[in-house]
Amino acid sequence: MEVVLVSLLNGLVYGMLLFMLASGLTLIFSMMGVLNFAHASMYMLGAYFAYSVSRLIGFWPALVIAPLLCGALGAVIEMYALRRVHKNGHIAELLFTVGLAFIIEKAVQMAWGLLPVPYRVPPVLDRALFHIYGSNFHAYRAFMLLVSVAMFVAIWLLLTRTRIGLVIQAALTHPEMVSALGHNVPRVFTIVFAGGSLLAGLAGVIGGNYLVTEPSMAATMGPIVFVVVVFGGLGSLAGCFIASLIMGLVQTFAVVVDVSFADLLARLGITVTSSTPLAEVLTIPLPRVGALLPYLMLILVLLVKPRGLMGTRDT
Amino acid sequence: MSETVADTATPPRATARPRRGLRRQWPWLTVLAVALVIPWLFYDWTTGRHSGFIVAMLSQIGMMVIFALSYNMLMGQAGLLSFGHAVLFGLGAYCTAHVVTFSKAGGFPLPLELTPLAGGLGGLLSAIALGYFATKQRATAFAMITLGIGELITACALMFQTFFGGEGGVSTNRMTGHSLFGLGYSGSIQVYYLIVAWTAIAIALMLLLTRTPLGRMANACRDNFERAQFVGYDPRMVRFLQFALSGFFAGIAGALYTLTYEIVTFDTVAASMSANALLMTYIGGVGVFAGPVVGAVLIVLLQSWVSLLSNSWLVYAGVLFILMVTFAPGGLAGLVLMHAPIRRAGRLRRLAGPYLRLAVPSLLVVLGFVLAVELCSFLTIGAAQGKSLTVHGLTIDPHHATPWVVAALLLGPGGLWLRRAVRRFGAAWAAVSDEVKTAGGRP
Repeated sequence: MEVVLVSLLNGLVYGMLLFMLASGLTLIFSMMGVLNFAHASMYMLGAYFAYSVSRLIGFWPALVIAPLLCGALGAVIEMYALRRVHKNGHIAELLFTVGLAFIIEKAVQMAWGLLPVPYRVPPVLDRALFHIYGSNFHAYRAFMLLVSVAMFVAIWLLLTRTRIGLVIQAALTHPEMVSALGHNVPRVFTIVFAGGSLLAGLAGVIGGNYLVTEPSMAATMGPIVFVVVVFGGLGSLAGCFIASLIMGLVQTFAVVVDVSFADLLARLGITVTSSTPLAEVLTIPLPRVGALLPYLMLILVLLVKPRGLMGTRDT
Repeated sequence: MSETVADTATPPRATARPRRGLRRQWPWLTVLAVALVIPWLFYDWTTGRHSGFIVAMLSQIGMMVIFALSYNMLMGQAGLLSFGHAVLFGLGAYCTAHVVTFSKAGGFPLPLELTPLAGGLGGLLSAIALGYFATKQRATAFAMITLGIGELITACALMFQTFFGGEGGVSTNRMTGHSLFGLGYSGSIQVYYLIVAWTAIAIALMLLLTRTPLGRMANACRDNFERAQFVGYDPRMVRFLQFALSGFFAGIAGALYTLTYEIVTFDTVAASMSANALLMTYIGGVGVFAGPVVGAVLIVLLQSWVSLLSNSWLVYAGVLFILMVTFAPGGLAGLVLMHAPIRRAGRLRRLAGPYLRLAVPSLLVVLGFVLAVELCSFLTIGAAQGKSLTVHGLTIDPHHATPWVVAALLLGPGGLWLRRAVRRFGAAWAAVSDEVKTAGGRP
């Protein structure tokens, strides 16, 4: 029981972190049709900016400054580069972001070195918040949960209660109609791209010290975030939210549930020995397969529902 | 090399003279002759040895040409963007490794010359299995499924010992003693000629495939899959067949990889290899059959040459990629094709002057950029590795102000000059192509 509860909380924290990354990507992907491969790079930059700023003036200013830097960078990229590539088609845009991801990864290596940097949790939050069933719930995890919930509420209010939010919502599903109505869609694109980058940067700030801040963090996080976005479905923030939580929970639970197919078969009275065909596949424990599960789920969902879980448009 | 398989900037001329037979293929035959001769240009007559670096690089070019062309069967010809093409390459490579080991152990006397067929079959079978799922979708969903498959197989390769050998990979020995021509394949030059032969066969087959009804239907489904459906074709079947055949050729490329390096690790199925295919194909040009060949040659040359000199290869690749995507979406082959109408009108010479005037500032900016990147790189990574920046025996100190000022001068004023030059070049280009248009393409 205690394993379930602790894993549930950890899965929730990880899922919310994923959502913070994926929500920006969903907005960019749905509105602009750009599969932004540099999105996870923004997450990485957020973490590194936060590391540098927090060394100078502390963690709390970094929490504000680093995401803003990422957002500004996103705006510059959209206005001066992506817009130019836009006329060459979606594949060109996508490849542009691939090139950008290369450059950012190398630039980070040049600026901060190849090894992980010691970006740490602020001392105030570096303690146990409460005990459940003998295990500690770390205060920083609660803080992450708080930030991501606050962000979720902020996005929700922005999208449903403001004018620009309504335009963005409309552009999610009917981009041509919105521009036909006379809205400045390129400006909306810039805002969304900058906002998405800002959210990715924020995820980097609070995720960088929870996980590890290293030059390969973008490459490890990137595919998972893509999986979440496609799994959730295009044009649907709600689907993205559900997909993030599912992914977070699945990955957390896969680590703690130590079973394999062989154990299941043993219950049915079939024992797997090393001479059984496919013995290697059958005896592999679930925690080792954990990294595979998101991709398996993605393939399965796309086969059954090509639009994703709650997608409103074809991908 | 003007096999236009896609709608590029220049529509194919209806009045093109029909040229038949081998004469039409002279560019390919020239490339083949060059490929056969090059190793001997770097032959060391005093020691009687081939240059290992050159032969290794040429072998890599050979397999990458097949790999890039097989990728273009999906991306250029069928409009399917795949992020997991390395899976087909890598599975072909693993299959070959097992077949060669089996053959060496006395399983059956398969001549080494034919083992690429085993790799091709491995690639074909995995493409049939994976393509059955992936080709159910098209466009972005297809791209995402292939991304998922790529990550899935990479994770499997690290996890399972029996087939993939885990992290250590599968090693084999190509000297099986079975050969059609009695060759031992102890030296890399013999393997190189085997690669040349297989590359030529694969290129010829893929070129012929573009002219079959399947190749044409792949183009049709790329351009307008709904209309293809109305005509009575099943776009999914077309995608599936194209995917499977592309897997066959990727498998051959993987087999050549195994024969060259005699070890296959998870790198062959990993995302970086898939990204390589994308990079080579796109930079070469997706709209022209020969485009990926150009791209593969260029990228392998840059990779082996630049990565010898500098550890910032990724930055240059990224910048090259971004520039190509932004300014030349047709790739290098597309750029060349843009000159075709001007060349036919005999006005190519008029562009020589503008090109020269463009070349000088471009060179300055490139120099400035390389200098800036290298200075940054040596300030951090190089310092950590204890290296120093040396050009022709002249050591440049990145902590000194002078090189930075030089880089800034090259980039700043050089950049402004380049901008002016680009504008002038654009005007010259427009003038020449207007003339060509009004002259109706006649010389």
